[in-house]
Amino acid sequence: MSTKISVTINGIQLEVEPGKTILEAANEAGMIIPTLCYHKDLCIAGNCRVCVVEVTGQKRLAAACATPCEEEMEILTNSLKVRNSRKHIIELLLSEHNADCTKCYKNGNCELQELASEYKIMTQDFLRLAPLKNYTIDQFSPSIIKDDSKCIRCQRCVRTCAELQGVNALTVAYKGDEMKIATFFEKAMNDVVCTNCGQCVNHCPTGALVERNYIEEVWDAIADPDKHVVVQTAPAVRVGLGEELGLEAGERVTGRMVSSLKRLGFNSVLDTDFTADLTIIEEGTELLHRLKKALAEEDQSVKLPMATSCSPGWIKYIEHMYPELLDNLSSCKSPQQMFGALAKTYYAKARKIDPDKIISVSIMPCTAKKFEADRPEMHDSGFRDVDYVLTTRELAIMIKQAGIDFKKLPDAKFDRLMGESTGAAVLFGATGGVMEAALRTAYELVTGREVPFENLDITPVRGMEGVKEASVLIEKPLDEWAFLDGIELKCAVAHGLVNAKKVMDAVKEGTSDYHFIEIMACPGGCLGGGGQPIPTNPEIRQKRAEAIYAEDGGMPLRKSHENPEVLKIYQDFLGQPLGEKSHHLLHTKYTGRNRF
Amino acid sequence: MVAATYQLKRADFIFKNDNDWEKILDKTLKRAPQELINELMSSELKGRGGAGFPTGLKWKLTAEDSSEQKFVICNADEGEPGTFKDREILSKVPYKVLTAMAVCGHVIGSQQGYIYLRGEYKFLVPELQKAINEFEYYCQQTGHEFSIKIFLGSGAYICGEETALFESMEGKRGEPRNKPPYPTSSGYMSQPTVVNNVETLAHTFTIFKYGAKKFYDLGVQYSRGSKLFSVSGDTPKPGIYELELGMSLQDFVNEFGDGDTKAVQVGGASGFLVPRKRFEKTTIGYRGKLTGISLPTGGSMMLYNSSRSMYNVLDNYLEFFREESCGQCTPCRVGCQQLHSGIKAVKRGEKPAQYLDKLLKLTETMQLTAKCGLGQSVANSFSSIVENFREEMIY
Repeated sequence: MSTKISVTINGIQLEVEPGKTILEAANEAGMIIPTLCYHKDLCIAGNCRVCVVEVTGQKRLAAACATPCEEEMEILTNSLKVRNSRKHIIELLLSEHNADCTKCYKNGNCELQELASEYKIMTQDFLRLAPLKNYTIDQFSPSIIKDDSKCIRCQRCVRTCAELQGVNALTVAYKGDEMKIATFFEKAMNDVVCTNCGQCVNHCPTGALVERNYIEEVWDAIADPDKHVVVQTAPAVRVGLGEELGLEAGERVTGRMVSSLKRLGFNSVLDTDFTADLTIIEEGTELLHRLKKALAEEDQSVKLPMATSCSPGWIKYIEHMYPELLDNLSSCKSPQQMFGALAKTYYAKARKIDPDKIISVSIMPCTAKKFEADRPEMHDSGFRDVDYVLTTRELAIMIKQAGIDFKKLPDAKFDRLMGESTGAAVLFGATGGVMEAALRTAYELVTGREVPFENLDITPVRGMEGVKEASVLIEKPLDEWAFLDGIELKCAVAHGLVNAKKVMDAVKEGTSDYHFIEIMACPGGCLGGGGQPIPTNPEIRQKRAEAIYAEDGGMPLRKSHENPEVLKIYQDFLGQPLGEKSHHLLHTKYTGRNRF
Repeated sequence: MVAATYQLKRADFIFKNDNDWEKILDKTLKRAPQELINELMSSELKGRGGAGFPTGLKWKLTAEDSSEQKFVICNADEGEPGTFKDREILSKVPYKVLTAMAVCGHVIGSQQGYIYLRGEYKFLVPELQKAINEFEYYCQQTGHEFSIKIFLGSGAYICGEETALFESMEGKRGEPRNKPPYPTSSGYMSQPTVVNNVETLAHTFTIFKYGAKKFYDLGVQYSRGSKLFSVSGDTPKPGIYELELGMSLQDFVNEFGDGDTKAVQVGGASGFLVPRKRFEKTTIGYRGKLTGISLPTGGSMMLYNSSRSMYNVLDNYLEFFREESCGQCTPCRVGCQQLHSGIKAVKRGEKPAQYLDKLLKLTETMQLTAKCGLGQSVANSFSSIVENFREEMIY
């Protein structure tokens, strides 16, 4: 059955693989069929009907996304019948949509708006239904704003939440004209199982789901002469930001990003990568301590496997779904929160600035980070550790507002104190990255030798496979770690919460033999985060991942424990990993939550 | 009305109860599946739910699939406004339906049947379950492996659409699926499934009992056999009648009308409204190369006399669709709202009369692009009412 089948699209004869849909066949042949509910990350819904095409001999039009090609099919993608129907459908969507475009956050980046523009819908003949529905905007969540009046019911968010994340915070409720996307009993987004990962925001074609933005607050802080505004940038931002500013996916823009932040007026442009390196030291030490207690001292109270805790979407997920496994989480704060706590203590002291006057801003590929910064326990510096979290998209908006021609910008370097980083830290942006960085350091700490992978590239934990497994045999360790001799350190890496579930179910049932697991809430890791440029799809994630690995490969230092600023902070401020000060500033606790 | 034109032919198969189902079951199960399929195909029985898919072909396609697990589902989600025949079949002659399901299982290779029962028919469950228990006991005693479960719907009209029915049975939201794949290859639990209307199954019992010819001899070309009609509205004798297909609507009105029939809605809310001037030319049956217009129906025949406002009738249908659309696809969800609000706006004078033409165009799009039969068939009642009673819509 592997022989190709022949179809004709708009008079052009094509040979296509059996099973290909009309949409795929047309796209491959360079013929574009508009879509709305279709997304490469998701299963086929076929519900928006924008992609309808005419198949000769069939009475009705077929949804190109959902109809497989058949031998001898003759397809028209732009016949009068198709055009009229498509236009009708766009008009219908607009009639039900709060089309107050100039006041919409997604103005200019809205798939419905694009279609309306393409089909030149100049009049609104149909009745306007949107105002009749009395929708209220759900803006209770610190991360996500849900505005049903802009929803076109394509169910991309619903499929995202179910298929990519397995969370099902959003689902379809009611039927007919009252059909809408709702949470459990229509509770507010901050009151339900939502992990704030923002994948729904990233997959929403319109402005129905957007991040809560803090752009004006940050502008105000920058303009305030009394405030010292520091900004940190997450590893994945530098491989995504360019896309929002007219560059190709996968272009690294670290230098231009730094220089644009300086031009925006931030007093100090620093790097989350610095605390990513610090995380590796703290988390790596924690892992070794747990292993020592569990294996050498046979302490039953120590929980293994230890799970990473950098991804706030993942943290909220485990708090909801596996509250009984919270002790398996590393107690390390995420790099963002470590940075926040240090900015108002270590940095303030070293730079002799009153921490009360410091406004700490972070640029993240993530919407869950907004919630994380808002958590009550994140005030260890004596202040709110991170004041504002902006997504990659929000930063791009600020850059555009400031009139910066990003493409022509010269490169700049991060400022010092908390601006130095290694290749290991950059890896945090990709799935498997924390694992790779941790192994580079932990293995060397234990054996005194470099991790046994060519060029330090631990390839088994790289790539887009949902769950990846790796093991490292520990041989001839240093005396202190003699108990680890001959032990095969087993690791698992999962990204996308639906994959996290697979790993965690095994942990829960006691059928896993892992020592260390890395979990990132978003597909592809942070580079595919909910705060990254829209669209994000498998190809784009792949390009961003390549950029991450290129960035790592190009760094002079590639192991976290070699970061000179990290060594210095232990010397000058923290003392030792897992010491009292780190315990106070860099570690945290978790809270069990309801499952709805 | 003049008795001379009376041409309605009554039939009496469905409710005729000889209490011989055990005999028929034994006899039929001894026959080879292919033989039974041929029998059904030669009877030209078409689905009695309204869509009219040839039953024999449906069984044949499902039988040809090589999957190990297959299902037989009796669609008893009788939700079309104005139809109430399946309820009567299930309460009066349930054994015919159960027998037919077991025969279908024998033909396609399935040991599991389900009755998807409309939620509002919950009151039928105790008696029906009793019948199933007795039937299953008989099957066990005689060595036929077939069991039947009742699945109670939750009240959504759309769940009568077969793929939405599967979703509902699988515990999901009742929303139609994309087709292909069709149920004959991937239905309930993604396994090949036959979904037949209650009445269709009851007719197969007749065919297996008397042979295809007896059934085929009733009705006319393309529309063979008899059919149950649920007669309601402005009629002195509402009820359920078994009539041969192919009758002219005029004959039907002569028999059931109150002498002042203005229009008949054939096929419920998703069917067509036929005005008085078209009664003569309209026949009831499946579409074929017959003279005049032939309208299929799931059995709903609603008569309206001249005291009825056709605007109110349409308003009622559209309100129904507006609520009963599952809401997933754009043309149906938004289209139904636009049609319903649109005729109100015209009636109130907020939109000009010409707006009706725009709405008629919209129904064409709905017919062309909606994902399932619900959205596609809203056009039927809308266009037939608006085109024939335009002045009533406006003034």
